[in-house]
Amino acid sequence: MGTLSERILGAPAGAYVDRAVDRAFVHDGTGVLTLESYRQMGAKGLFDPSKIHVIFDHIVPANNSTTATLHHELREFAKGSFLNFSDVGGGICHQCMSEGAVLPGEVVVGADSHSCTLGAFGAFATGVGATDMAAIWLTGETWFRVPETIGVRLSGRLNGAVEAKDVALSIVGRLGMDGATYKALEFIGDGVTTLSMDDRLTICNLAVETGAKTGMFYADRITLSYLAGYGLTAEEQTSERPVYEQEIEIELDDIPPVVAIPPRVDSIRAVHDLTGLALDQVFVGTCTNGRYSDLSRFARIVRGKKVAVRTIIVPASRSVLAEAIRTGVLADLVAAGCTIGTPGCGPCLGAHMGVLGEGEVCLSTTNRNFRNRMGVGGEIYIGSVATAAASALEGEITEPEAPDAG
Amino acid sequence: MQGKGRAVCLPADIDTDIIIAGRYLRTKDRSIWAEHVFEDLDPSLGKNLKGAVIVAGKNFGCGSSREQAAIALKEAGVIAVVAPSFARIFFRNAINIGLPLIEADVTCTNGRQIAFDLSAGWIDTGTGKRKVARLSLHMLAILRAGGLVAYWKVKQ
Repeated sequence: MGTLSERILGAPAGAYVDRAVDRAFVHDGTGVLTLESYRQMGAKGLFDPSKIHVIFDHIVPANNSTTATLHHELREFAKGSFLNFSDVGGGICHQCMSEGAVLPGEVVVGADSHSCTLGAFGAFATGVGATDMAAIWLTGETWFRVPETIGVRLSGRLNGAVEAKDVALSIVGRLGMDGATYKALEFIGDGVTTLSMDDRLTICNLAVETGAKTGMFYADRITLSYLAGYGLTAEEQTSERPVYEQEIEIELDDIPPVVAIPPRVDSIRAVHDLTGLALDQVFVGTCTNGRYSDLSRFARIVRGKKVAVRTIIVPASRSVLAEAIRTGVLADLVAAGCTIGTPGCGPCLGAHMGVLGEGEVCLSTTNRNFRNRMGVGGEIYIGSVATAAASALEGEITEPEAPDAG
Repeated sequence: MQGKGRAVCLPADIDTDIIIAGRYLRTKDRSIWAEHVFEDLDPSLGKNLKGAVIVAGKNFGCGSSREQAAIALKEAGVIAVVAPSFARIFFRNAINIGLPLIEADVTCTNGRQIAFDLSAGWIDTGTGKRKVARLSLHMLAILRAGGLVAYWKVKQ
């Protein structure tokens, strides 16, 4: 009985629980501070290295010697601790974890706000800070307040050039940047069966932009078949009369291609209304939209044409890159004039690999458009992969066309 | 746990990128975070935070999980942050590094004295004590220890 969060955490909404963590991960950004706090705690050892992942993704490869030195310290620790380590180029933590490291029903904690992405598997997945993670390294558990849940009922199916990203942005627009603070989102309704695992990962990724603790889909046949691809077995999760604090309805057919205009992720406008807005850069990638299906969709639109503006594409992981090489997607992207970056977070957090200059405008498939995030004085419009591709070809915000039938 | 300080008013939805920009994160030198705190919002604000109680609008600390945001505020001399609501990761981070937070919707006048008691659960913005939700005993224990590092150092 209850919501997925209540069932996994084993207590009703509002209760405080100490809960063992099944998977814990950090990246090079938060890992450095985690290690420092862990050492300051006087820790004698990790609770269970096999459940701990250190994944380098935020500034990879290092952009200067300060970063390189910090990387070195964390890398040495990771290698000496028998934990799961993914070095420079392996990919973004959330993507790496989604490639066969997370199962339905698990408690997954990442030292990154977008850890809610993994709720797509029906896991209770959430983000914490570095010192919280240090205590998890030490004890293997942490405290949670069991969240109230907002049911997000999806019906129908996506139209034409509309993507899961447009759904995710529309939900953020509906709930607002704090509409789900301290709460969980559960995505339910007939519409979920039309969404692939990649779609679900994108939708859960943006849950935190509403303030939510996590966003979750029930594990179903689509989840199980995805996991089977990694040699994993799991059971479907069925609804057990959950009580939602609130329920919102999203008709997938009614959603148009949208963008979030700076500096708020919840300022949602139809792409149509912004057509013609000049761009300096297009960026495709990140834990939101850097998966193989995203790269392949982008390639399908730009194939045989040339982008009209600098276009940076960063695969979310080495596996994504390898698949894009194998299928020729990468060759199409390069031929169209795109620049390919090392798998990782790329310029999303404004550290390297495509930082914006004063007054520059970027159409990005990321999840945050806060003031100065990708560079001082730069402006970020967030949109889907199809919108990014159509816009890259024109050098201005452009409404994507529905793919040809068949 | 009591405290007091001078009010510094801020708007709603202050994100952690605006508290400390991503370009300053690759260091372990905490003074760098204090030096650049709120730089992209108002470069003069950081120098004005010693002894300050920040009074902000809803959803303070939204966005990135960077703990450096909470550390930057503490290192810059912030005594506590008051807001109607906090983003949950920031909330945990602040308690974990020993920065008191008070969930309350109060009107703010820059410079006015603000007093609070976390254990008793009240805040006084100059118009008398007003009840606020108390932190859980667990969170109070972490704050009393001076943060989660000190808490575990003792407990181990």
